[in-house]
Amino acid sequence: MSTRRINWYKYAAPANFYPIAGKMIPFFTVVTVLLFIIGLYVGFFVAPTDFQQGESYRIIFIHVPAAWMGMFLYVLMAVYAGLGWAFNARLGSMMATAISTTGAIFTFISLVTGSLWGRPAWGVYWVWDARMTSTLILMFLYIGFISLQASIDDSRRADRAGAVLALVGLINVPIIYFSVQWWNTLHQGATFTARSFKMAPSMLSAMLILMAACWMYSIAVVLVRVRCIIREREREAPWLAEAVA
Amino acid sequence: MGGYGFYVWGSYGVTLVLLGGEVLMLLKRRRAVARIAPEPKLQTPNGKFETAMVSDKL
Repeated sequence: MSTRRINWYKYAAPANFYPIAGKMIPFFTVVTVLLFIIGLYVGFFVAPTDFQQGESYRIIFIHVPAAWMGMFLYVLMAVYAGLGWAFNARLGSMMATAISTTGAIFTFISLVTGSLWGRPAWGVYWVWDARMTSTLILMFLYIGFISLQASIDDSRRADRAGAVLALVGLINVPIIYFSVQWWNTLHQGATFTARSFKMAPSMLSAMLILMAACWMYSIAVVLVRVRCIIREREREAPWLAEAVA
Repeated sequence: MGGYGFYVWGSYGVTLVLLGGEVLMLLKRRRAVARIAPEPKLQTPNGKFETAMVSDKL
């Protein structure tokens, strides 16, 4: 058995994380493009027409991954913000800031695509349903986090204030997930659970491939953004000043 | 799209615009950052990172 171990703590230092993040970006970018091409091909050319909803169901191939990403990224953002706050690890706070924009975009996509799916399926673009309302609150939490950080000049104070908001807002994520069980909502239940899939295999494949594409996309853009944040915030730091000179 | 073209293409169009817009904004930000803080040279000539030379502190 190999005795070599990776010192993960080392990569909590922006100076060490910066170059490794740069190396990872091309890989995630290429995988993102490939998965989007394959996922869209399966979604539009392989998956059959739904017998009840017709072609309009194809919206869920992007709606479900976007909705999941909105929730996943919020949890990830809150965890990084919490780590940054608790351990004074500045890379954690930088990661939270980098994730927030992408999370807000995916949440907005889920709301818009959900409305566009709701019109042919339910006859309305919007209802104040528990799932939709809690997702809208998630959107406001992202906007609140981004606005709060932008309104404070001192980045370390902004990180701490953002961490409090992100951690308090975390309570909304299980509310979104279980809203379809806790309340009698217009929104349908979970599309798939650990025990059952309510879709044809080709439909499920398209959705899972596009889900993976959204993950790869998120990792790529967050890495690019966090590298920008590192350079903006650490430009006076000796390691960066020396590396530039 | 069986009469649902507006909803289906609208959904994918919004997604394309938002994700594409995010990428464009990010590239613009990267160019802006390059003006205030040039790209650091953290690689050795053989392509390995000089991580041992930088601080291990958080």
